[in-house]
Amino acid sequence: MLAWTIYVSFLGAAALMLVPRDNTRAPRLIALLAAGAGLGIALAGAFQAVPGELKTIVKLPWIPSLGIQYHLAADGISLTLLVLTGLAAVAGVLFSWNVEHRAKEFFALYLALIGAVYGVFLSFDLFLLFVFYELAIIPKYFLIAIWGSTRKEYGAMKLALYSFGGSALVFIGLLAAYVTAGAKTMSLLELARFPFPQGFQLWAFPLTFVGFGILAGLWPFHTWAPTGHVAAPTAASMLLAGVVMKLGAYGCLRVAMTLFPRGLDDWGFAVLGLASWRGLLSWLAVIGIVYGATVALVQRDLKFVVGYSSVSHMGFVLLGLLTLDPLGLNGAVLQMFSHGVIAGLLFAVAGRMVYDRTHTLQLAQLQGMQLGRLLPFAAVTFVIASVASMGLPGFSGFVAELQVLLGAWRAFPLLGVLAGFGILVGVAYSLRALQMAFFGEPGPAVAGAGAHPDMAPISVPERIGALILIGASLLIGLCPQLLLNLIAPSFASPLFRELLKGAGP
Amino acid sequence: MSYLQLLQLAAPETILVIAAFGLVSADLLALRDLDPPFRRIICALIACTGCAAAIGWMVALPQQANVLEGMLVVDPLTRLVKIGLLVLTVFTVLLSVETDFTPHVGEYFALLLFGTVGMMFLVSAEDLLMIFISLELTSLSLYILTAFDKRNVPPTEAALKYFLFGSAAAAITLFGLSLLYGIAGSTNLGEIARAAASRALRVVQDGDGTVRTLIDPLLAGAIVMTVIGFGFKVAAVPFHLWAPDAYQGAPIPSAALIASGSKVASFFIFAKVMSTGFAGAEGSAAWQAARAGWVPMLAILAGASILLGNLVALVQTSVRRLLAYSAIAHAGYMLLGVMSGAGPGLAPLLYYALTYSLSVIGAFGVVSIVQQRAGGDRLEDFAGLSRRAPALSFCMLIFMLSLAGIPPLAGFFAKFYLFSAALGVGGPHLGLLWLVSLAVAMSAVSLYYYLQVLKQIYIVETPAAPAANPPPGAQFTLVVLAASVVALGCVPGLLTERLAAALRAAGL
Repeated sequence: MLAWTIYVSFLGAAALMLVPRDNTRAPRLIALLAAGAGLGIALAGAFQAVPGELKTIVKLPWIPSLGIQYHLAADGISLTLLVLTGLAAVAGVLFSWNVEHRAKEFFALYLALIGAVYGVFLSFDLFLLFVFYELAIIPKYFLIAIWGSTRKEYGAMKLALYSFGGSALVFIGLLAAYVTAGAKTMSLLELARFPFPQGFQLWAFPLTFVGFGILAGLWPFHTWAPTGHVAAPTAASMLLAGVVMKLGAYGCLRVAMTLFPRGLDDWGFAVLGLASWRGLLSWLAVIGIVYGATVALVQRDLKFVVGYSSVSHMGFVLLGLLTLDPLGLNGAVLQMFSHGVIAGLLFAVAGRMVYDRTHTLQLAQLQGMQLGRLLPFAAVTFVIASVASMGLPGFSGFVAELQVLLGAWRAFPLLGVLAGFGILVGVAYSLRALQMAFFGEPGPAVAGAGAHPDMAPISVPERIGALILIGASLLIGLCPQLLLNLIAPSFASPLFRELLKGAGP
Repeated sequence: MSYLQLLQLAAPETILVIAAFGLVSADLLALRDLDPPFRRIICALIACTGCAAAIGWMVALPQQANVLEGMLVVDPLTRLVKIGLLVLTVFTVLLSVETDFTPHVGEYFALLLFGTVGMMFLVSAEDLLMIFISLELTSLSLYILTAFDKRNVPPTEAALKYFLFGSAAAAITLFGLSLLYGIAGSTNLGEIARAAASRALRVVQDGDGTVRTLIDPLLAGAIVMTVIGFGFKVAAVPFHLWAPDAYQGAPIPSAALIASGSKVASFFIFAKVMSTGFAGAEGSAAWQAARAGWVPMLAILAGASILLGNLVALVQTSVRRLLAYSAIAHAGYMLLGVMSGAGPGLAPLLYYALTYSLSVIGAFGVVSIVQQRAGGDRLEDFAGLSRRAPALSFCMLIFMLSLAGIPPLAGFFAKFYLFSAALGVGGPHLGLLWLVSLAVAMSAVSLYYYLQVLKQIYIVETPAAPAANPPPGAQFTLVVLAASVVALGCVPGLLTERLAAALRAAGL
C-alpha cells in the first residue's frame, strides 16, 4: 500500500494537467487531496509497521537482462522519512494557498517533486533509487526559477547544477559498484552483501558519500542551500530544507555507508591527524555545524538566517551518521525528522507569513515594523519554532541533537564538544533573528519600511499548517519513542551489520 | 544465386528506390500545378508508404543470407537496424511536410529516400567496396539535401563546407581502405581481420625482457585513415568542423536526418568495421595500462568530443548550433560504445543511437515550428513558448531532458547502459573509469545548456501573446516522438530485449 504514496502524488500531478488554465481554486484542492492522501498512507504504514522488519512492497523485474528490479520496500528509517514527507507536503500546500500565478503548473511540479521524494525513500533497487533521486531535481529548478523571489534564476540554476553534479558523483560510484559486482544486479540488498575489495571501497565510499552529501548541505559544498532556500517560494523552501536535504542524508546512510562500509576504515596512514574518511568527513560535518551557525549570526536577511541554520542542523545529521554509534545513528535519523518539521515551520513563517505581507525580509526593515504586534500568530509560531530549533527540551530537536551529541562524545570527544559549541551559537542567532524580526523597537523610520496598514491577518490554512508542524515537533519531543521504536530496530538489520561491526567506543 | 533471389533479399531497399522514382514522376507529371502544401502531403504520403512497405516486407518475411561474402548481409540484426532507420526517416518525412523552403518537392522527398537507401545498404555491408559505395550514396544525398534551400546564403555555405570536408574525408577513407586491401588481399571484413591479427601485430621482447605488441605501420596507417573517415561521418572532434554550420544552415528536416538516421547507420558500421575488421588490433585504453591499437585512439577522440562539445555548447545562442555541439558531445559518448567492442558494446550503442535520434528529430521539429513563427532559432525566440503552445513546449521539455540524461527518459537509461558496458570492458578492473567519469561529469555540465532552452520556454514570461497552435500534423508527430522517448525510458526492455535477441541470432 505504501507504494501508493508515490502513485498518488504523480497521479495528482497528472490530474492537475487537465485542469483549465484560469481555474486557480481547483489546483490547490487537488494538491491538498493528493498530499493528504500521501500523508495518510504513510501514517497508516507507520502504525502497521513491525519494528525491525524490512517489508517489501513491490518487487517486479524491470529490466531483466541487466538485473534491474522495480523493488519498493520500507523499514523504520524509510517510514520515518515518509511520514516527514507527508507532513511537509501537506503543510507546504497549506502555506501555498495564495499561489495564483500559474497555479496549476506550480502544484503539478510540487506534487511531482513529492512523488520523487517518496520514491527515493522507498526504493531498494539502486537504479530505481537513482531514477527518483534525479527526477527530483527538475521540479525544484522550475519551482524556484518561476515562482521564486530574490535572484531566483541564479539560485535555481545553482541548485540544479549542484544537485546534478552530486548525482554525477553518485552515478559514477553506482556504475563502478554495479560493474565490479559482475553487472548482474542493482538490488541494494544483494550488492550490500557483495564483498567489494577494500581498495575499491576506499575511493567509492567518499565519492558516493560526498555526492549525496552535497544535497545534505555538507560543508564546503553547502553554498547552494542558502541561496536556493532564499530564492525558493515558501512551499519549495519548506520542501527543500524539510525533505530534499534529507534525500542527501538518506542517500549517505542507505547507499554510501551500506554499500561500502569498509570505506570508513583507516587509510593506513595519517594526514594532519586524520586517518580515515570517517575522520575527515566528521570534521567537515562539525565545521558545517559551527560555520552555519556563525554565519547565520550575522545575516541581514531573515531567510538567510534560516537557510544557514539548515546547514548547521544538517551537520548534526551527518555527524550522527558518522559516529557509527547506535545512539548517534538513531539521533541522526530523528534529527532528519525534527529538522524537516522545524525548518519547514521557520521557512513558512519567514516566507509566507512575513514576506507575503511585508515584501521584505531585511531584518533592519522588519525591526521597525513591530510585527510582534501586527502579526501575533506569526510571532508566536516563530518563537515556538526558534526555541524548538535551539533544542529546548520538549521539542523534537532536543531529543535528536542530544542523541547525536552523546554518540559523538563516545566516538570523537573533541568533535562532540565543538558541536555543542555550535548549539550555543544556535541559541544566539535564533534569539537575534527573533528579536530583530518580531520584537524590534519602533525606531527611526527605515527607508522602504513604510507602514503596511493593510497587513492581512494570518489566514486559516496558514494556522492549520503551522499547528500541524508544531504538533508534530511537540509530539516527537515529548514522546520520541513513537519514532525511535521504528528507527532503532532497523539498525539491527543485516544491512548494517558490516557497517557497525568495526565501530564502537 | 539468381537475380530474383538477390532482389528478394534487397527488396526493402528496392521498394524504397521504386517509391523514390514514383514520387519524382508523380510530382513531375501530375502534381506540378497544385498547391505546394498539398504537393508536400502527397509526396510525404508516397514516401511513408514506401517506408512502411519496406518495414512490412522485413517484418513479414524474415530472411537470413550473406550474399557474395559480405556484399549484402541480411540477418535479424541488420533487419532491426534497418527498421529503426526507416522509422526515423518516416519521422523526418512527416516533419518535412510543414516546411516550405523549396518548390522542388518531389526531388526533395526522393533524396530523403535515396539517403535512407544508402544507409540501409551501409548497414548490410561487410565488404569494403560496398561500405564505401553506400557511404558515398548517403553522403551525396545528404550534401544535396543540405544545399536544398537555394534561396538563402547560409544553407549554401553549410553545404559547401559539408561537401568539402566530406569529400576530403572520403578520399582519406578510401586510401585507408586500399591499404587494408593491400594488407589482406581481400575486401571482406572477416578476411581483413584474419590478416590483421596474424600478420600485422608483432610481439617483441625488449632488452629488459618486457613484452610489447607493436602495430604494423601499414595497419596503423589504415586504422588512422579509416577512423578519420568515420570520425567525420559521426562528427567526432577534431573532424566536427562541418557540423555546427550544417546543423544551423541546412533545411531542418535535412539537419534532422543528418543528426539521426545518418548517425545510427554510421555508428553501426563504424562499430562493425572496428570490432570485426580490426579484431586483434584493439589495444587498450585502460588507465596506466594503455596499449597501442584503435581503442586508445577512439578514447582520445571520445574524450575530446565530450569536452569540446559540451563546453562550446554552453555559450551558444542559436538553438540549432547548440544542438550541433550537443551532437558532438553525444558522438563522444557513443564512441565509448564502439570502444566496448561488438559483443558487449553494440546493443547499448544501438539503443543510445536510436533513442538519441528520436529526441533529436523531435527537438529539430520543435525548432522548425518556432523558427517559422518567430523567424529565428535564437534562444530568445523560444521565450514564453509555454504560454503560447503548451503541448509543444512539453514535448521540447521531454526531448531536452532526455538529451541531458534525466530519468525516466530514454536518454538516461541509454547512458546507464552504455557507460556500464564501457566500464565492464576487460572484466571488473574498471580500466575505462577515467573516460566514463569524464563522460558523466560532462553530462552534468550539459544540463546547464539544455536548461537554458527550457528556461526560455517556461520561465521567461513575455507579454501576453495569442495562443499559436502548431500545425496539427507536426504536433501529432512530435507527441508520438515524445511518447516514444518516455516509453523507451520507462520500459527499455521494449528495445533492449529485441536488440539482445538480434545480436544472439547474428552470433555476437
